[in-house]
Amino acid sequence: MASIILLAPLIGAIICGFGWRMIGELTGQIITTGLVFLGAALSWYIFLTFDGTTQHIVLLRWIESGSLSTDWGIRLDRLTAIMLVVVNSVSALVHLYSFGYMAHDDNWTHDESYRARFFAYLSFFTFSMLMLITSDNLVQMFFGWEGVGVASYLLIGFYYKKPSANAAAVKAFVVNRVGDFGFALGIFGLFYLTDSIRFDDVFAAAPKLAETQLHFLWADWNAANLLGVLLFIGAMGKSAQLFLHTWLPDAMEGPTPVSALIHAATMVTAGVFLVCRMSPLYEYAPSATTMITVVGATTAFFAATVGLVQNDIKRVIAYSTCSQLGYMFVAAGVGLYPVAMFHLFTHAFFKAMLFLGAGSVIHAMHHEQDMRNYGGLRKKIPFTFWMMMIGTLAITGVGIPLTHFGFAGFLSKDAVIEGAYAGSAYAFPLLVIAAFMTSFYSWRLMFMTFFGTPRGDAHAHDHAHESPTVMLIPLGVLSIGAVFAGMIWYGVFFGEEDKMRSWFAMAPATEHAQEHSTAGEETAATDAATAETTEAAPAVVAEASAPEAHAAEAPKGAVLMLEERGILHAAHEAPTWVNLAPFVAMVLGFLLAFQFYIRKPHLPAQLAAQQRPLYTFLLNKWYFDELYDWVFVRPAKWLGRTLWQKGDGSLIDGTINGIAMGIIPFFTRLAGRAQSGYVFTYAFAMVLGIAVLITWMTLGGH
Amino acid sequence: MSGVDLPILLPEIILALYAMAALLIAVYGGKDKLAGVLTWTTAILFVALAGVVATRNGVGSIAYDGLFIDDAFARFAKVVILVSAAGVLIMGHDHAVRRGLGHFEYPILATLAVIGMMVMVSSGDLMTLYMGLELQSLALYVMTAIRRDNLKSTEAGLKYFVLGALSSGLLLYGASLVYGYAGTTLYSGILSTLGGEVPLGLLFGLVFVLAGMAFKVSAAPFHMWTPDVYEGAPTPVTAFLATAPKVAAMALIARVAQDAFGAIPGDWGQVLAAFAVVSMFWGAIAAIGQTDIKRLMAYSSIAHMGFALVGLASGTVGGVQAMLIYMAIYVTMNLGTFAFILSMERDGQPVTDIASLNMFSKTAPLKALALLVLLFSLAGVPPMLGFFGKYYVLKAAVDGGMVWLAIAGAVASVIGAYYYLRVVFFMYFGSQVAKLDSRMSSVQWVMLVAVAVIMLIGVVNLFGIEAPAMAAAEALLG
Repeated sequence: MASIILLAPLIGAIICGFGWRMIGELTGQIITTGLVFLGAALSWYIFLTFDGTTQHIVLLRWIESGSLSTDWGIRLDRLTAIMLVVVNSVSALVHLYSFGYMAHDDNWTHDESYRARFFAYLSFFTFSMLMLITSDNLVQMFFGWEGVGVASYLLIGFYYKKPSANAAAVKAFVVNRVGDFGFALGIFGLFYLTDSIRFDDVFAAAPKLAETQLHFLWADWNAANLLGVLLFIGAMGKSAQLFLHTWLPDAMEGPTPVSALIHAATMVTAGVFLVCRMSPLYEYAPSATTMITVVGATTAFFAATVGLVQNDIKRVIAYSTCSQLGYMFVAAGVGLYPVAMFHLFTHAFFKAMLFLGAGSVIHAMHHEQDMRNYGGLRKKIPFTFWMMMIGTLAITGVGIPLTHFGFAGFLSKDAVIEGAYAGSAYAFPLLVIAAFMTSFYSWRLMFMTFFGTPRGDAHAHDHAHESPTVMLIPLGVLSIGAVFAGMIWYGVFFGEEDKMRSWFAMAPATEHAQEHSTAGEETAATDAATAETTEAAPAVVAEASAPEAHAAEAPKGAVLMLEERGILHAAHEAPTWVNLAPFVAMVLGFLLAFQFYIRKPHLPAQLAAQQRPLYTFLLNKWYFDELYDWVFVRPAKWLGRTLWQKGDGSLIDGTINGIAMGIIPFFTRLAGRAQSGYVFTYAFAMVLGIAVLITWMTLGGH
Repeated sequence: MSGVDLPILLPEIILALYAMAALLIAVYGGKDKLAGVLTWTTAILFVALAGVVATRNGVGSIAYDGLFIDDAFARFAKVVILVSAAGVLIMGHDHAVRRGLGHFEYPILATLAVIGMMVMVSSGDLMTLYMGLELQSLALYVMTAIRRDNLKSTEAGLKYFVLGALSSGLLLYGASLVYGYAGTTLYSGILSTLGGEVPLGLLFGLVFVLAGMAFKVSAAPFHMWTPDVYEGAPTPVTAFLATAPKVAAMALIARVAQDAFGAIPGDWGQVLAAFAVVSMFWGAIAAIGQTDIKRLMAYSSIAHMGFALVGLASGTVGGVQAMLIYMAIYVTMNLGTFAFILSMERDGQPVTDIASLNMFSKTAPLKALALLVLLFSLAGVPPMLGFFGKYYVLKAAVDGGMVWLAIAGAVASVIGAYYYLRVVFFMYFGSQVAKLDSRMSSVQWVMLVAVAVIMLIGVVNLFGIEAPAMAAAEALLG
């Protein structure tokens, strides 16, 4: 079943991408969408019936080279199951949504075909993303990683006639290259130290890696930390974390469904997925996880500040995505991998919905994206408005404090913040402030778009119309997730430890502690484990029968949470004021936005004028683009131009041309003159030749 | 002398008897009317003998106390000589008849030249060497001047003869020096005297002998006759000069260097390397200024001989193998190219100026394409066979510790590529001046296209030529 899910979008992409001329554009669209829906249905089936036991499904032998031998295999565990649902559901809905959104596009003339290409790219992306999340080893994951990179490049630059879209696509690709370099180095390092790229082998070797030193660049490093950091650099690129985030806002040049699918719900969360997937390694890499926490918290804060002042509706949501990804990394960094996945899961629903809602607004407003030209759209597009409202309630985290009733974001974000309180004194305040700003900019978006008076082109406003049904259905479906996903799965992701451990098929808590004591108790403990987690039975029995092999075995379950860190307990036991903090921040943010954009709409301009330097600083995104342009882009261009004009043009071409056009013709003329036609000249040349040879023999030869 | 040795020389004896019989029959029979028949029978005989030689087995036999050697090396060279001579004869016949050159003496002279070549490559003694060389050369002088009423042809013949006589003189002088210091003219005898300090007089002898033979392969600086003779001689004769005799002379150099002077490879190696470098560069540079395609081919063959000498200069088994492969490929390429040159004419008159090829691709796309493949191959552009020939000799030079020679070869081949590609340029991008006719006999057409195809598909395994060439090289170096 898993292989059907994996291959269905690939087949769809191939049929639609290469065969649409034969079968027609619409057929191609239907085939791709149908296949992804099939994958989504099967994913939900797996997700709901899956018992958590890690399964390995081998598709074929992939690489056989020296000691590197790799299968193309599917690793099916809880992490994969979660991601399957996220990727396939959102992808299926985005496919459906695109029927409406891509129906008419002003970027193309009537006789140009672009829809089949778009759907083929979408399906290709889905396949690559599935390759990434189902991979059983690092290289296969890297394949998927690069595949989604390519798909992202193609889709950002989908409007290839627009220079800005091409530039954005190139930027996304190049910035990701920096991250991928780190990722690749990490894979090399792991292969170098463990002689394997299979996850199980790598995980089994993780405790040993923590005691290994590795020389890299100028110093010796702890191997686990170094490799953890390198892999995280890859994750930073893909997930647009601080320093490597600059591509994400620009990626909004792509069509809006693409932003929803790739740049909100799925691809950008690949970094979080990677960190969770490698949790058995990160559990032994304290410095690396500290770095993840710090970078994540800083990004959450930074992106939120920039989001405050953006005027492009999609850019606001893009910075919001960037910020929420920071939350996920904080959760992963403090060791609460299930919480990171929880937030990823809920975020996928409400963020995809926000993007698709924004797409619906843009569609209604004839591709106008500047919020300053919106206003009062509530009545014009009521369904979109209510959907956006649900999304906003979800992202800002509305719920009943101190209970487990609320929108999806309420539960997952609070879980992250509680974890941050327990795990990092640096991250906690930043995340609470970011929650405040999240609430502010989300409501600002709502108020500027749907309330107040129309500010933009009156004609556009008058003709604003609700989107077709194919675009509204996905919104409705996602809204269900945005409302209920948090409440339904709160327990297994965070709330109850036993349920969570069994859900992720981890070793139960008590038994885990005992495993580290004596061998005698271990047998008893494993008996208990058999009773508690029947699904993990085969693995446990194997463990009991071969205790000496225990050290080299990979930890059970989808993620590893070492008992010694006790992070889960600490998070659960967070004081009440910590639980209340995000709620209070959210309410304050809402009130401030209400004050600014409903009651006194002139205030923002006043404030911006008063705080001019701060405003421009935020508006220009902390000048990261300018800084990078100055530090990297210009020197690189200068170097390129120098090598091209001076090195290649003057030096190499000059030399070659000089010889070819100056010296060789000279000798050619000489040769022509020597060929006089007279026998005596020829004979003279022969005698001369032999004289030289004889002289040479006499002097130099001996 | 004993009857036991006669079977070893059987191919040469058959050819000699055939030549004399054909001469008698033609003189007392139909004279020039028999030219066509004679050409074809000669060609068929060549091919048949090539088959006989190729299927001969055994490690090698020595006849007449070492005067004549028949080993795998000689057999390889003989097969190439016989097959290429047959090819040149049949593809040149049509041209010769049209130009009033259908003399019955022509195939007979070619047969005599071939006998000389076969003796050369089988020589085991300086005397045999000289005999074979002169038999070949005298036949070639006459062939060059066969167009008696044409000033250029007779001039070419005379030049060739005079300079050839000078080179024979050099060779003989060298042979006498060698004999004086070694006390014998037998290769094996000379080899056995080369112990310890080699007398300078012997080295002088070596240099003179090498110089005499270098004249025959037209290696610079003994190449000056080549352009004039190639241009002046009738085109079928030029095609003949450019193929079989080159193989024979190159094999002869290998034979003498390895069999007689194999103990001092450093001494002749540097002489051959000097020939190689000068030939490669001179051939490449001087060809750039040419406007006549036959002169161009003359310089081209000078450069190619330089490359073949690169292989020999390395002094290794791999080097000899590389030389043999190179020569086989070179001969094949030249057969195809001359098949085309023979067909070039305008208003019924033969033309040989390169400019006449302007926009030839419009007139005859297939022929132009075939010629393009051949020229690319001559230039050494992969994946044509010509590239692999160069690759083998350069690799042999590197393996033999002469990296500088390989680098020089690579540079020279870059320069050389210019004039080949210039012809291609004229064919495809030039400006139309006067249309060129290309009236081809079916033999020429088949030859041109077949060779072009060979150049392309030979990439697969070089038609399995590696193994026999290796066996030949091993037989020579023993």
